[in-house]
Amino acid sequence: MGELKLPEIDYGALLPMLILFGAACVGILIEAALPKERRHAIQLSLALLSTVAALVAVILARDIRTITIGGAVAVDGPTLFLQGALLLLGLVSLLLIGERSLEAGGAFVSQAAITVGSQKDLRQAGSQPGGPEVYPLTLFALGGMLLFVAANDLLTMFVALEVLSLPLYLMCALARRRRLLSQEAALKYFLLGSYASAFFLFGVALIYGFAGGVQLSQVHDAVVTPERSQVLLYAGLALVAIGLLFKAALAPFHVWTPDVYQGAPTPITALMAACTKVAAFGALLRILYVSFEGVRWDFQPVLGGIAVLTMLVGAVLAVTQTDMKRLLAYSSIANAGYLLVGVLALNRDGLASTMFYLVAYGFSVLAAFGIVTLVRDADGEATHLSRWAGLGRKSPLFAGLFTFILLAFAGIPLTSGFTSKFAVFGAAIEGGQTWLVIFGVITSMLLAFPYLRVVVMMWLSEPGESTPSVSIPGALTSAALTIGVVATLALGVVPAPLIDLTNDAAQFVR
Amino acid sequence: MEESVEYAHATGLLSGIWLLVAIPLASAAILLLLGRRADRWGHWLGVASVAASFVLGLSMFISLRGLEGNRTAEQSLFDFIVVGNLHVDFGLLFDPLSGVFVLLITGVGSLIHLYAVGYMEHDPGRRRFFGYFNLFVAAMLLLVLGNNYVMLYFGWEGVGLASYLLISFWYTRPSAATAGKKAFLMNRVGDAGLAIGIFLMFATVGSTNYDEVFNSVGALTSGTVLVLGILLLLGAAGKSGQFPLQAWLPDAMEGPTPVSALIHAATMVTAGVYLIARSNPIFTANHTLQLIVVSVGALTLLMGCIIGAAKDDIKRVLAWSTVSQIGYMFVGVGLGGGAYALAIIHLLAHGFFKANMFLGAGSVMHGMHDQVDIRRFGGLRKYMPITWATFGVGWLAIIGIPPLSGYFSKEPIIASAFEREGWTAWLFGMAALLGAGLTAFYMTRLFVLTFHGPKRWTEDIHEPHESPAIMTIPLVLLAIGSAGAGILMASVVPEWLAPVLGEEAGEAHGVLGHTTITVLSIAVTLLGAGLAWMMFRNGTAKQEQPAGVLVTAARRNLYTDAFNEAVFEKPGIYLTRALVYLDNKGIDGAVNGLAATIGGSSGRLRRMQTGFVRSYALSMLTGALLVVGAFLAIQLGWLA
Repeated sequence: MGELKLPEIDYGALLPMLILFGAACVGILIEAALPKERRHAIQLSLALLSTVAALVAVILARDIRTITIGGAVAVDGPTLFLQGALLLLGLVSLLLIGERSLEAGGAFVSQAAITVGSQKDLRQAGSQPGGPEVYPLTLFALGGMLLFVAANDLLTMFVALEVLSLPLYLMCALARRRRLLSQEAALKYFLLGSYASAFFLFGVALIYGFAGGVQLSQVHDAVVTPERSQVLLYAGLALVAIGLLFKAALAPFHVWTPDVYQGAPTPITALMAACTKVAAFGALLRILYVSFEGVRWDFQPVLGGIAVLTMLVGAVLAVTQTDMKRLLAYSSIANAGYLLVGVLALNRDGLASTMFYLVAYGFSVLAAFGIVTLVRDADGEATHLSRWAGLGRKSPLFAGLFTFILLAFAGIPLTSGFTSKFAVFGAAIEGGQTWLVIFGVITSMLLAFPYLRVVVMMWLSEPGESTPSVSIPGALTSAALTIGVVATLALGVVPAPLIDLTNDAAQFVR
Repeated sequence: MEESVEYAHATGLLSGIWLLVAIPLASAAILLLLGRRADRWGHWLGVASVAASFVLGLSMFISLRGLEGNRTAEQSLFDFIVVGNLHVDFGLLFDPLSGVFVLLITGVGSLIHLYAVGYMEHDPGRRRFFGYFNLFVAAMLLLVLGNNYVMLYFGWEGVGLASYLLISFWYTRPSAATAGKKAFLMNRVGDAGLAIGIFLMFATVGSTNYDEVFNSVGALTSGTVLVLGILLLLGAAGKSGQFPLQAWLPDAMEGPTPVSALIHAATMVTAGVYLIARSNPIFTANHTLQLIVVSVGALTLLMGCIIGAAKDDIKRVLAWSTVSQIGYMFVGVGLGGGAYALAIIHLLAHGFFKANMFLGAGSVMHGMHDQVDIRRFGGLRKYMPITWATFGVGWLAIIGIPPLSGYFSKEPIIASAFEREGWTAWLFGMAALLGAGLTAFYMTRLFVLTFHGPKRWTEDIHEPHESPAIMTIPLVLLAIGSAGAGILMASVVPEWLAPVLGEEAGEAHGVLGHTTITVLSIAVTLLGAGLAWMMFRNGTAKQEQPAGVLVTAARRNLYTDAFNEAVFEKPGIYLTRALVYLDNKGIDGAVNGLAATIGGSSGRLRRMQTGFVRSYALSMLTGALLVVGAFLAIQLGWLA
């Protein structure tokens, strides 16, 4: 037996993840130790503070470019940028999750395990405050995402994938209202997620067989040396990609998205739409750019086909949706297609513009779901589209903000939606993927229809008997909304600072 | 121009040029944003901000006089537009030409603001009015202070906006709303010309800065200069109510009277003259261009006189008179050389006496329950002595009785017109002379019917009252200006403006001697005035009477509105209808068909979203097989 050598560990580079995982563990202890009524405030502050601390740690680590813990984690420009983005978006999501003034006890159920419809359930539906375990779960998920975008070998990536997924499965089941729908969503997400993880893991096995290692740089070296089994390489690449495409909600692996987005508590939907997307694309970018760049000519057409299919499915299906959350889910699927167009540019601009897009879209989608939480009646959120008719008369401010966000989704200039689409399409044309851009523009036109239909409904219809009122948001939701809307506007009007930042960060270490 | 244009950097007090624009702009923002909270004191802030700009402008003017050599001050505040090769600074320029405009705008502006405090006293929207009014002053100052054509365009659109808002100030009246829209639309035609002109400058010169454009005029082909000049002239004609874009200006009188006085008489409508005078290197470079400008001016001045003589609405007579007087200014700037300065002098003098008469008309309306028909006035001299006296000064000034200001500003323009070469001297000279006679006729008609002769009042008026002091003090000050400014300016302004507009040409010899022209012009003036006095000293019918062909035509604005309607409006409406038809049948058909296809496929695809995990898993598996299959197919193809 050789001597067990401990790998070098750069704690500074790992600090953001350590902070989040540490805080999550402390949160679990608090759950066990403190009386129920005091937990919520403490947990919320702990979650917010640790996220801010992790963000500070990312900023302090901004010049680090290293591969550490025996090659398991790479901290480089894209890692730090995406971690910063994840923490910022996570912070805003936490504000939405922590909101308790819209509904007595918040958007989360007190005890998710109680059978729906039982006597106990009726009692807790009244006014028992939601379970604060959602905060440590969020921190675990966020920590997993930070690791996911930093993972430098396929096994670490798999572990991170599970770390980020398991808390999300749980949190999907925590809705206070419509609990059956919520539990169904969680179960579907769990089953299909495990299924996708299995694909990923099988792919990892095949690639190990091909390359003799799981580190991304080893795979890269194997890809560029010709005399190895190409079947193992391509089958492995396909299966690994499928696992990531599932998380990123790309067709035909998007089927879970509308059901889960609709059933999950809206703040969690916001978290998934913003942060999970960043994490999934971060990992996809790293794998494709670092390991498989040598076979770009082979995977570009296949993934290009997936991008086209995704954009078409998202845009066409968005046209007939009648539920606001499902509409936003299909919009998010189509946006995943646009992001994949940026990824497939496979040049430095493609990397930079995809990262820009992730941040811009994240803020807009957080604001959109933030507004969805406000439009409610006695049964909770009123998400059916017909209920939003005439909202402009009842609450011009929020209808105006929502209109602005929809215009951003549609890619109208002076919003971040325009700058980010422009950036990814520009990069794709430079990367020789003009055909993807043509589909991108066509589907953008299609998508404008469902967005504008909502705008027309809100402003040009008379408010009916059933038009719900818009609740006055508490401080947390107001802050989240303001951040989302201001970022959407700012990135549309003065995008230069963030574009410079993404350009500086757009360099992987291998 | 052989000499190149160069501007010196602003120093000392002059480095605060931006304050001239910023003060009224800030005041406008405060008044419009604070809303009703500013109702009690808002109007005083409005007056104070313009007065502050005046004081500042005056002290800058004095320090500009004190400069040796290059009397200019240029200031670049920040990069305004930077795209590719186009670089536009947010830059300001205070030189002799913009200096006199600053004094006119803020000086006359202060008096009219003060007057408006009284005039708008009972209007619930007074604060909003002052907000728009300040906005106008800020935009107008930006227009004359910019150091490039884009800044000028910025101000140009700003004053257009303010003018639109103020014409439609009483927006509940359909006529006011329509008039605002008409002004806006007709101005668009001119503005489009100006905008294309600026594009052309950028395309041919590569810059829009005054100095760079003027220094490169010599290098442009004569065709380019002609097109550029015509585009600028189109812009100028739109803003200044010149043929063929004159129709909006008389309708703009739907706005409150102080607006008519400041915007539609004294300042904004003269922006076209400023544009041409500022661009004098371009216009001087092409004789055809100058001929076009003079023709437009001469035609408009006669049209304005003829229509003005047939109108009965006191403000519309004054408005057509404005159209006609700006026609004189266009003749001046079209003649070029020394006449540039004459046009500016006439512009300044006109600013005084026309503002004076508009405010006088407002004072009359104030006392007469907002009556505007001069057939229903008469004998007001006894009841409104101050208004009568000040209006009288304005009247004598505009018709050009020495030694009032109109004589010193209009008569030299007539003389210059006679100094052209060949038959055009006779054509334009006689037009200007005829205009002087007609001006005397219709202004005397207006004055006599309003203040003299028998009372023809409506039944509800018993004892018209003089306006309060806050309105009469500006009247008196403006009357003093109307009386005295002419001789003062005629002696100093040409020399002052020489660095901008070029040296005055030497003694030119026209087809008639100078003394002959002076005698002739005074003679036609007295003839016109005397004729009107004879005809109207005993009043006139209370209603419009049937009249001959010429008067009927003049009452209908010489059928220009009918022409616009027949040639532009009707075909426009038919074109719109045709397009709507095409759109409904052709384009919508295709679009709706496509939409139905997408909606239908969306509906069918939706059925695949069953909600069952088993079918989702199956579709994922199918997808996975396809992806793996595609990769392997590519790889097999690779091997083969």
